[in-house]
Amino acid sequence: MALFWPRAYLAFVFIVLYAPIFYLSFYSFNSGGTMSSFDGFTLDWYKELFSDSRLLVIVLNTLIIALLSAAISTIIGVLGALAIVYARKRLYQHILLSLNNVLIVSPDVIIGASFLILFTIIGINLGFTSVLLAHIAFSVPIVVIMVLPKLEEMSSSLIDAARDLGASRFDILTKVILPYITPGIFAGFFMALTYSLDDFAVTFFVTGNGFTTLSVEIYSLARRGISLQINALSTLLFLFTIVLVIGYYFIQKRNEKTAVGVRK
Amino acid sequence: MESNNRAIYWVPYVLWIALFVVAPILLIVYYSFQGLDGEFTLANYRNFFTPVYLTMTLSSFWYAFLITLFCLLIAYPAAYFITRSKYKQLLLLLIILPSWVNLLLKAYAFLGIFSTYGAANSFLEVVGIGAKQLLFTDFSFVFVSVYLFIPFMILPIFNALDKLNPALVYASRDLGASSWTTFRKVVMPLTSSGVKAGIQAVFIPALSLFMITRLIAGNRVITLGTAIEQHFLVTQDWGMGATIAVFLILIMVVIMIATGTRKKGVM
Repeated sequence: MALFWPRAYLAFVFIVLYAPIFYLSFYSFNSGGTMSSFDGFTLDWYKELFSDSRLLVIVLNTLIIALLSAAISTIIGVLGALAIVYARKRLYQHILLSLNNVLIVSPDVIIGASFLILFTIIGINLGFTSVLLAHIAFSVPIVVIMVLPKLEEMSSSLIDAARDLGASRFDILTKVILPYITPGIFAGFFMALTYSLDDFAVTFFVTGNGFTTLSVEIYSLARRGISLQINALSTLLFLFTIVLVIGYYFIQKRNEKTAVGVRK
Repeated sequence: MESNNRAIYWVPYVLWIALFVVAPILLIVYYSFQGLDGEFTLANYRNFFTPVYLTMTLSSFWYAFLITLFCLLIAYPAAYFITRSKYKQLLLLLIILPSWVNLLLKAYAFLGIFSTYGAANSFLEVVGIGAKQLLFTDFSFVFVSVYLFIPFMILPIFNALDKLNPALVYASRDLGASSWTTFRKVVMPLTSSGVKAGIQAVFIPALSLFMITRLIAGNRVITLGTAIEQHFLVTQDWGMGATIAVFLILIMVVIMIATGTRKKGVM
């Protein structure tokens, strides 16, 4: 009896948490065209989705932006983590780390608005380039945060030993440090990828008329009202998310020390 | 040679900081002093302290407060029961999983659920209350926001509760404290760091996310985030938008100091 209320409460929380997601997926098979009365089973919405070449281009754009921004931000982020760990004074370390975390804690609206001003002033056309730069910019600090613990736990005697054995600075970096922090680098890359795939607010600010990512497209579709094509799309994305989470879970297992991350 | 190699480490990173961290903040502050004509002015700040913007700020605060409060009330027992469960790792994963689903899609689901003939109204009919206008009300805004932010409240509280040494709870009970006293004097103080982190993770987005208000609340609710988006992308009054952004940043800093996470690693 003592166990009943906790279980009932948790069951209630989980039902409320998952009901909307399943509600969406359920109506993606509705031939009726609304999200309130289920008329019959159909796969039409999925067919429509796959024959929509505009949407296909948008999905491709989203993937290209995500992969490119994750790759570039991983490089900058790893260098940044090295810069922080090997900074000459504690004060520099502290300053770099504080500046690093500014973009992590800033609300998306602020990041979006300030980047919009920045790109306009520099004269970068709003579109592919501005979205890519923005995604790189907000992914870098996440990579740094994921790589830093690995670098910090690395014993400095490893580097001393390599130097004693005659390794050059470059050798130490590529043959000692980088292999050691590889799990952190993968975790960082993966987080950057998912942040980029999921971002809406920042992209919404810095994208022009010609260029759209999936999140922005979903928003503009949803503002026009209910269309079961979005339901079909969300079902596919949900499945994709589960695959990503499983992938992330395995990277985490290899990388046990880092804490489990939640999406922004 | 050596110093050259060192430069390769920090040059790209420091450039990134200069261009995408420091410059944007300075630009926001600079633009907040610009009028529509591009001249230096304090008019935006004067405008902010007129009743229109002050009521907007206060109501945005009020909604964020309500959202955070409901999140906390629902999340604390949930996190507590999860730590007590045999399957806590699995349950935790199940809490985290929905937070990975695109926020817009979850908000969109409520367009269907709260619609005139949607699931929520069917339920109200069955219970006997009768159908109501749910969409585009402040109720739906608070409900959907609580729904979206719950995982971010549960997670830090779970972490704090999980770290709590159960021996302390047993000791308190052995010494004759009731379970309520034990909770109030032992469990609550020791998990306050988790609660603070949760409040921080919910309150700031609740002030600033503009897409939920746009999709769910229509124009009934205007938060600070909605106002910024409106000024930048609709009315093109960047100066006023930047001024609101400055205040949002200030509020954020105050909240971060108040909920004091001076530890490393904000994630």
